[in-house]
Amino acid sequence: MTTIDLDYSTLDQTKLDDLTAYIDSLEHPEESLIHVLHRAQKLFGYIPYNVQFFVAKTLKIGAARVNGVVSFYSFFNEQKPGKYTISVCMGTACYVRGAEKVLQKLLEKLEINKGDVTEDGLFSVKDVRCIGACGLAPVVTVGEKVYGHATEDMALDIIDKYRGDLDGN
Amino acid sequence: MNTLNIHVNGRPMMVKKGITVLEACHQAGIKIPTLCHLNLEEYGIVNKVASCRICVVEIENRATLVPSCAEKVYEGMHIKSDSLRAINARRNNLELLLSNHPFECLTCTKNLTCELQSLAEELNIRDISFTGKKMDYPIDHSSEAIVKDPNKCVMCRRCETMCNDVQTVGVLSGLRRGFDAVVAPAFNLDMLETSCTYCGQCVAVCPTGALTERNDVPRVWKRLSNKNYHMVVQVAPAVRVALGEMFGMAPGSISTGKIVTALRRLGFDAVFDTNFGADLTIMEEARELVHRIEEGGTLPMLTSCCPAWVKFIEHQFPDMLDVPSTCKSPQTMVGAIAKTYYAEKVNLPSKQIKVVSIMPCVAKKAESARPELSKENLHHVDYTLSTREFGHMIKEAGIEFEALPDGDFDNILGESTGAAAIFGTTGGVIEAATRTAYELLTGDPLEHIDFEELRGLEGVREATVTIGDLDLKIGIAHGLGNARKLLEDIKAGKADYHAIEIMACPGGCIGGGGQPYHHGDMSIIKARQKAIYDIDKNTPRRKSHENEMVLKLYQDYLGDPYGEKAHDLLHTCYTKGERI
Repeated sequence: MTTIDLDYSTLDQTKLDDLTAYIDSLEHPEESLIHVLHRAQKLFGYIPYNVQFFVAKTLKIGAARVNGVVSFYSFFNEQKPGKYTISVCMGTACYVRGAEKVLQKLLEKLEINKGDVTEDGLFSVKDVRCIGACGLAPVVTVGEKVYGHATEDMALDIIDKYRGDLDGN
Repeated sequence: MNTLNIHVNGRPMMVKKGITVLEACHQAGIKIPTLCHLNLEEYGIVNKVASCRICVVEIENRATLVPSCAEKVYEGMHIKSDSLRAINARRNNLELLLSNHPFECLTCTKNLTCELQSLAEELNIRDISFTGKKMDYPIDHSSEAIVKDPNKCVMCRRCETMCNDVQTVGVLSGLRRGFDAVVAPAFNLDMLETSCTYCGQCVAVCPTGALTERNDVPRVWKRLSNKNYHMVVQVAPAVRVALGEMFGMAPGSISTGKIVTALRRLGFDAVFDTNFGADLTIMEEARELVHRIEEGGTLPMLTSCCPAWVKFIEHQFPDMLDVPSTCKSPQTMVGAIAKTYYAEKVNLPSKQIKVVSIMPCVAKKAESARPELSKENLHHVDYTLSTREFGHMIKEAGIEFEALPDGDFDNILGESTGAAAIFGTTGGVIEAATRTAYELLTGDPLEHIDFEELRGLEGVREATVTIGDLDLKIGIAHGLGNARKLLEDIKAGKADYHAIEIMACPGGCIGGGGQPYHHGDMSIIKARQKAIYDIDKNTPRRKSHENEMVLKLYQDYLGDPYGEKAHDLLHTCYTKGERI
């Protein structure tokens, strides 16, 4: 039997209040699930199960539907991301130009699975759908920063660069 | 213009505007294979996610093939359903669906009733050109009622349509995407941890073995072979008008007598009728209604025979638990009486008696397991089998069902009236209650027994029955989505019913999740319903309070209807649940 913590009373009350106020401000809250989820992710940094459950309760819709939407869109995170989220675009253009290899290199170097966080909490790696920068394919992003024409070597450089940041370089 | 001129495989025809290519082909006498498509016209819902691509056809001057279930016809359309390209594409798509399917067909619950299997035969698949990566998801055995095996899922989303749009329970959803996609409860919870009502409508529409009822047949065989137990069995009203379908009989064939004989041959010591329990339910429920009306109790009173409905209100409307009648369901009433009154009669300790129920229902399995439906730590009902499981037992035993002579139920829990028979259809429970409440309230004999205004298959119905100087306002809903509408009206103070009957399944128990598969064919449900009313019409006594054996039970054992002992044995309570 799975045991999943859905208790949202342990969440930051100020953030929950903010989310509730946002939902209350909507004209058709039950039809605005995606907007509400964006707000939730902005507030909490990711959308853990108990936040999803809270959203379902507040919007008076099924938790399965909320979870279905959150798990469908790669933009939404269900797990707490690392300090830096490295996203590899797996849209068609990036894919055919070798995005898969870049992704594998990142995962191999960081010794994690797709979607997971490194033990030191620094990095998480995920694949995303087309981000609309096909001319730069394959594309890797870290936060707002975009790395075009990415290669396996570049992948290693990116990791080093952000590790270096932490060391104060 | 409301008609369009089109060509189907070169032949010209005129069709109505607005129909799909699939429907046009059907009118042209051409069968296009479908898999995800599910036509629930009675609900105004058609599942046409066009996810399976089994129904693709060629349209002249169109580069790509189109799914015929989701494409509307237009003027001058040339449809080619029998071109090599279309036939090959359909075969390819099916092969792709089969490429990661676990080939457990020989041991699958759905063996020979699986739509994927039938399609493979229909499309003449002889080998599969693709090898897909097999899924390896754990099978969810958590609940007492439904087994979910995601490895057999073809993502047709029919269960989602039933769970979300028809029943509005909202437990199942597609999660994740691509190869990782799966249909599951939120957060991939076990079914037991959700607000699943176990109505089994997902099971009823699942084309494969991904959603099935829990198989309780082996447990029952084991108990039957153990001579230390006195095996009691009961049969629900809707089973007798549907079981025959599993043996080639026409939908709506009544096989009560054959069922009794089959059960005796299977080795049961006593064969009882859930209809007896239905009459007993009415004795209590009609009195409870009269009590609530006369004493100013909570109104409306809602019926409580349907366990999926009970679970629905517990989870979806937890602040309204004072509206359902406190009466236990007929199956648990029979179980309770079998282990007390009957046990005393045959001089056996309760624990030596095992009660098996044959039900048209999947939720009844979960109901039997509810802890409060017990006495002295003994569940009223020990095992619940669906109509389908019972059919399988008959086949296993090699009994030629069609050739069986008729048998009679054992006394005293075998006697029943026409009022009990109609418990199997939407509108039946409330009609039965009205027949008795009328005579209770007026003291006069009821002349017109048939309350036609309470019958039919419309999702929500209402009627006013004049009883003396009281206008009894009655509401009826079948399908949980319709029930939700009624409940929301009550909550908003917009409804002033005295009594409401709710059944979770389309048509009531005749369309139950445990019945022989009807594959969405509502004419089967209608035939079963007609048979139910025929049984009622042809039963000598048609009011529950005229059931002599029920009256004897009160006289010998229970005392007054709705009295102290009756409360102890025949009434129950409800528990607030969470919506998830």
